[in-house]
Amino acid sequence: MSINYSEKIPNNVDLASDRTLQRALERWQPEFINWWGDMGPEGSNSFDVYLRTAISVDPKGWAHFDYVRMPDYRWGIFLNPAEAERKVNFGAHKGEAAWQEVPGEYRSNLRRLIVTQGDTEPASVEQQRYLGLTCPSLYDLRNLFQVNVEEGRHLWAMVYLLHRYFGRDGREEGDALLERRSGDPDNPRILGAFNEKTPDWLSFYMFTYFTDRDGKFQLCALAESGFDPLARTCRFMLTEEAHHMFVGESGVGRVIQRTCEVMRQNKVEDPEQVRALGVIDLPTIQRYLNFHFSVTMDLFGADVSSNAATFYTTGLKGRYEETKLGDDHLLNSNTYPVLQVQGEKLVTVYEPELNALNERLRDDYIKDSIGGVERWNKIIDKQGIPFRLTVPHKAFNRRIGPLSESRINPLGEVVSDSEWQARQDEWLPSAADRAYVASLMGRVTTPGQFANWVAPPPRGINNQPVDFEYVRFN
Amino acid sequence: MAQVATTAETESKQFIDYQTHPDHYRHWQLAFDGPIATLKMDVNEDAGLKPGYKLKLNSYDLGVDIELYDALQRIRFEHPEVRSVVLTSSKDRIFCSGANIFMLGKSTHPWKVNFCKFTNETRNGIEDSSEYSGLKFIAACNGTTAGGGYELALACDHIILIDDRSSAVSLPEVPLLGVLPGTGGLTRVTDKRKVRHDLADIFCTLTEGVRADRAKQWRLIDESAKRHEFDEVVKQRALAMGASSNRPENAVGVEMTPLRRTIDEAGYHYEYVDVVISPSARTATLTVSAPQELPADDLDAILAAGMSWWPLQMARELDDAILMLRTNNLDVGTWILKTQGDASRVLAADASLLRHQDHWFVREVIGMLRRTLARLDVSSRTLFALIEPGSCFVGTLLELALAADRSYMLALAEGEAAEGEAEAPKIALSELNFGVYPMVNKLARITARFYGEEEPIAAAQAVIGQPLSPDAALELGLITMAPDDIDWDDEIRIAIEERASLSPDALTGLEANLRFGAQETMETRIFGRLSAWQNWIFIRPNAVGEAGALKVFGTGSKANFDWGRV
Ligand SMILES: [Fe+2]
Ligand SMILES: [Fe+2]
Repeated sequence: MSINYSEKIPNNVDLASDRTLQRALERWQPEFINWWGDMGPEGSNSFDVYLRTAISVDPKGWAHFDYVRMPDYRWGIFLNPAEAERKVNFGAHKGEAAWQEVPGEYRSNLRRLIVTQGDTEPASVEQQRYLGLTCPSLYDLRNLFQVNVEEGRHLWAMVYLLHRYFGRDGREEGDALLERRSGDPDNPRILGAFNEKTPDWLSFYMFTYFTDRDGKFQLCALAESGFDPLARTCRFMLTEEAHHMFVGESGVGRVIQRTCEVMRQNKVEDPEQVRALGVIDLPTIQRYLNFHFSVTMDLFGADVSSNAATFYTTGLKGRYEETKLGDDHLLNSNTYPVLQVQGEKLVTVYEPELNALNERLRDDYIKDSIGGVERWNKIIDKQGIPFRLTVPHKAFNRRIGPLSESRINPLGEVVSDSEWQARQDEWLPSAADRAYVASLMGRVTTPGQFANWVAPPPRGINNQPVDFEYVRFN
Repeated sequence: MAQVATTAETESKQFIDYQTHPDHYRHWQLAFDGPIATLKMDVNEDAGLKPGYKLKLNSYDLGVDIELYDALQRIRFEHPEVRSVVLTSSKDRIFCSGANIFMLGKSTHPWKVNFCKFTNETRNGIEDSSEYSGLKFIAACNGTTAGGGYELALACDHIILIDDRSSAVSLPEVPLLGVLPGTGGLTRVTDKRKVRHDLADIFCTLTEGVRADRAKQWRLIDESAKRHEFDEVVKQRALAMGASSNRPENAVGVEMTPLRRTIDEAGYHYEYVDVVISPSARTATLTVSAPQELPADDLDAILAAGMSWWPLQMARELDDAILMLRTNNLDVGTWILKTQGDASRVLAADASLLRHQDHWFVREVIGMLRRTLARLDVSSRTLFALIEPGSCFVGTLLELALAADRSYMLALAEGEAAEGEAEAPKIALSELNFGVYPMVNKLARITARFYGEEEPIAAAQAVIGQPLSPDAALELGLITMAPDDIDWDDEIRIAIEERASLSPDALTGLEANLRFGAQETMETRIFGRLSAWQNWIFIRPNAVGEAGALKVFGTGSKANFDWGRV
């Protein structure tokens, strides 16, 4: 089998002369294409989509725009350029040369980290596969597909590591990544949030804002890894992740924009009246926000975790911006605040810093995610509407860890089960909310046209006009 | 047998060598009288292997045992006329008082375990020669026979205790030292001598031991003799027991020439065995080479070759390499087993071994191979066999791969080897893989591998002599894994690194549990006891704590036990 690898699979890992990788990909690539056919965006195979393809890691090459049919998308393999003499920067191996090969001692933990990250990538494609049928515009449809192909590329990035560095085990894990299915009770994706549905576009925007941002923080922590190929892979993935979060932030912002415009023009505030005008009322947006925020909180894992401590001590997964932090990078002596329910109250207890690394990453995430919420509030302010969106308390609606054993409201107060049952529809999207949002979902495919419930973006993609034909249906 | 040691835990960096010669013995006298060899223990109390203790009362340390091992080898190879061996002592009223307690007290735990293991192997070797080589062993216990001294007697076929109303046999470890008679003592009392368990219970808790009549009654000895008749009784018994031996009467022995060995930074180097140590990876690569040319095949030529006949020289070198690594390289936890050379010559040597297996010399060579391979089995090191192009894991050398905890065979596509490229490695079985080299569980490695199931064993038997490709070897279950050339380097590197990162203690336990399968024998029980019960007792405060029995031995203080049963 002779393939022009660098043509078919853009890469900067010398695929053309790497037999290990070629052999693994020869088998895996057709399986991936089959998976894309089965589980990728529904009914999209013949569309020409105006997509960005990374063809190299330099600033000119990483964003190459053209029409492409998604099954022909050139999923590539890119690592950020190597940093000369990079070291392991934390944990017991601190100061040693960064590993260019998998240290045998840490094979299974590293594989687990890579597989867990890799599993989220195809999962989100699966979660989003029907959204194309209800797109609010060609512009949004194109953004959805861009996110989808890039999640596919993220899968490639993780599979590259498995194939290149983990031998037969790695190939088996690569296969399994294509075999699990989001939401399939017999064969689910690894993490809970990636088995939830993404049933409508508000969910999609929320997901890309909140859940892709978890991806950003996980990638940032892995980008600090002492295993250099993982670090470099993750750094490159972060450039793409930024776009996904942009789709989320601007998407939610446009929904808010549209709602506020309609409210102001019609001088209504009551949610029922707002809904009667065919836009999504702000309290519903808040409830969606609460849901996606809390589900994402769980992705960071248990508040106190010995696995996180092990990953850190062994140099596999660092903290957010590890190398910019000014401490000893060993974390043997300090403590870190973690929440616990004692009696009827949420209290702060101090755990060894090393065991609280999940919590720390969660806190870093929260700081980062609040920024966008503030920008959304500015949109509301501009329209002169007295409403503020807020992120719920981090203990709200948790399903993982000790906090999941208590009912905690968005303000961080422990409430009784009966109060929770009575009030949860104030805090989380109810069936009626979801049905309402679903009822708005139509399909808008005329260039420059947008569904009534979402405002057009201020500008198009890659300097193209907003009414550009981003997708051609053929 | 004992331990103390908190202060003395650092072993002095002294190099231990297992090669010696009767001219250099300090502890034994070896004499020959027709069909009888007499080995007199005459321990020089000032000639301990290490400083800091005196080998009083014919007590022994590793140095004493190294000489015993050498003496046994010389009887096997240099003296084919010997049919029985008398083990006795040159000291008055003392046969042997066992391992030196003060030596044990000064030794580290690993040193003790290694010492006990070698001691066990040497005693097993005595029984091995009795079973296979027509050599009968008589323990002529001419005085106190205590602890390890009685364990040595137990390894013999026949025990004669002097009946002087004071000499006794004893296993006083429990009452005196708070540990077990762990070098085969307990096990041989029951398994071999079939001493009833309640009597054994009394025996093992009696400090003073049991004198001749009762010892005979309880089956602890076979015979007793008064002082004046003792030598004659021993001699007659030796002659009688040797009478049925099939050792030759007029054969000429083969001199045990010294091994040619170089030791350097990299490791241990012999003609057919090479050991390269990687201190950072904590691995040793043992490469065994096939002969350079076809080894001698007819008996005259084999005898003329003598110690340089390939199967024997290779076995001696491998044996020495194992002992050197075990004693001098404690932290080298993974042994990578490789072979290289012309497989057809190895198979030719196997054919010669098989054809002449009834000849005394060839029989001894087979014995040497058998005991060396068994030594590999009981070594507390990870064994990974790498079967690569140019290797010769066939017949006898295939036993190395079968002994390994895992074997990796490089899979190269059939017939694809271009000019200058390596041929896919092949392995092959010979008749010798099917029972000539039993493990300590008395099973051939192939039999143990398949838990005695007929089908896979018959399938292996059906392909004797055929070169087997990686696929075929995998199919037959003879190897663990066959990564191809693309995967090979990473797969092997990661497997070795991963192994080297695991707890060495847990690995020792794991490997010993998995290697020997379901069937227990006296030997497996002895090694099992050593590595489990004895080691556990050795590190408990009741033995080695401040007021532990071993710690206070010889001080006049009383041991202070924690009475809680575990
Ligand atoms: Fe991603
Ligand atoms: Fe993403």
